[in-house]
Amino acid sequence: MDWQAFALTLKLASLTTAILLCLAVPLAAWLVLGRSRWRAAAEAVTGLPLVLPPTVLGFYLLVLLGPLTGFGRALTGLLGHPLAFSFAGLVVGSVIYSFPFAVQPIVAGFTSVDRSLIDAARLLGAGKLRLLRTILIPLAGRSLLTAAILSFLHTMGEFGVVLMLGGDIPGATRTLSLVLFNQVEGFDYANANRTALMLLIFCVALLTVVYARPKSLAAGARHG
Amino acid sequence: MVEVDLKARRGSFHFEVACQFAAFWTVVFGPSGAGKSTLLRLIAGLELPDSGRISIHGRYMTDTEIGLRIPPGRRMTGLVAQQPALFPHLSVAANVAYGLAGRVDLGRQTRQQRIAAVLDLVGATHLADRSPKRLSGGEAQRVALARALAPMPRLLLLDEPLSALDAGSRDQVLSSLQDWLKTESIQTILVTHDAADALATEAEVALIAEGKLAAIGPASEVLASERERLLARLNCGQSIQARAVGKSKAK
Repeated sequence: MDWQAFALTLKLASLTTAILLCLAVPLAAWLVLGRSRWRAAAEAVTGLPLVLPPTVLGFYLLVLLGPLTGFGRALTGLLGHPLAFSFAGLVVGSVIYSFPFAVQPIVAGFTSVDRSLIDAARLLGAGKLRLLRTILIPLAGRSLLTAAILSFLHTMGEFGVVLMLGGDIPGATRTLSLVLFNQVEGFDYANANRTALMLLIFCVALLTVVYARPKSLAAGARHG
Repeated sequence: MVEVDLKARRGSFHFEVACQFAAFWTVVFGPSGAGKSTLLRLIAGLELPDSGRISIHGRYMTDTEIGLRIPPGRRMTGLVAQQPALFPHLSVAANVAYGLAGRVDLGRQTRQQRIAAVLDLVGATHLADRSPKRLSGGEAQRVALARALAPMPRLLLLDEPLSALDAGSRDQVLSSLQDWLKTESIQTILVTHDAADALATEAEVALIAEGKLAAIGPASEVLASERERLLARLNCGQSIQARAVGKSKAK
């Protein structure tokens, strides 16, 4: 078992999930509460990673963050090193790739909140931020948990973007998915089996949390 | 005084109302689907008209010509609908306090006094610590009314707000509410499709039918035909009852 890759994968998934929640919650609130005509376009762009082959996304990110574009050169100048083939680059790629897995459950959760409650809060003077803090998040708390777990698991299992954008650098960009790929390629089926089993157990355990509907969360939604 | 001059289209339904609500207590009367709730939602700012303007106490809140739209929370307007829409994750007291949270001009003690006063007004003091999930329909409507009153709006919009209460309790709450609103100088527009409710007060009545204002004036004039109809039904009921009594005596 490659524990270095395991730790790196956990670090990548945790960081990606944290960043995703920070971005997805306000975006979902804007999509649900906003009236902008750009909403449909924003939703389409948000959902793009769902249908786009990961290698295509990885390739474009590689080009965008590399020395071929002005943006990539500026970023390299700012950081002192190129973002591609680094852990930071991997985080950027993972955030983009897992974006719909964070945004869509939260949008669904916020949409399910009774519209009359939102109207009542607005009439009582709540602005968008207060609506989000006091009504949407408490009443759609489960959707945030679902978004976090799905983003985490999706990041743990990603392969195409990691390979294209991060390469396969031990300790920097080599994740468990790449380790598994290398093990299979080297006919090391015993270790490949252990790595795959580890990923499988992790996914099943966390998905069970999503579907278990713990009583404490349900109670929290009622009495908060 | 509330002035509206509004046009709104909702599918095949055309809403077009232009009038002034000058009385302290106005009843908007009309059949279901006439556009009464739409009128209140437009005044409250929860919906936008296709064209027109709304002014509340001399201040324009909506004017489509210049793109003016004051958000609902800044209109100093309370709206209580048939569906109480209490926040299910907050206690009754926290629900009532919700509209006071942003009021930096009120001290903690004043807020507590205000919450206690409005809960007392609607007869819901004993419910303060309860969860809205454990309230009956009538109790929830009382709390929703208290929640709308707590921030002391300048205009109160009531859309059949006590429909879940029995007639006796409803009259009692409405009576004390009217007195309180008069003391606090809060203008009120009450929507109902029940002619008896509209006739029970000496209010100004606006009659709305198919999205248009059919008449506005004293209840006795605007609802004269409704009054006749109710009296005819009452007489009919009395004569049927008299015949039934006569038959049983003959037997």
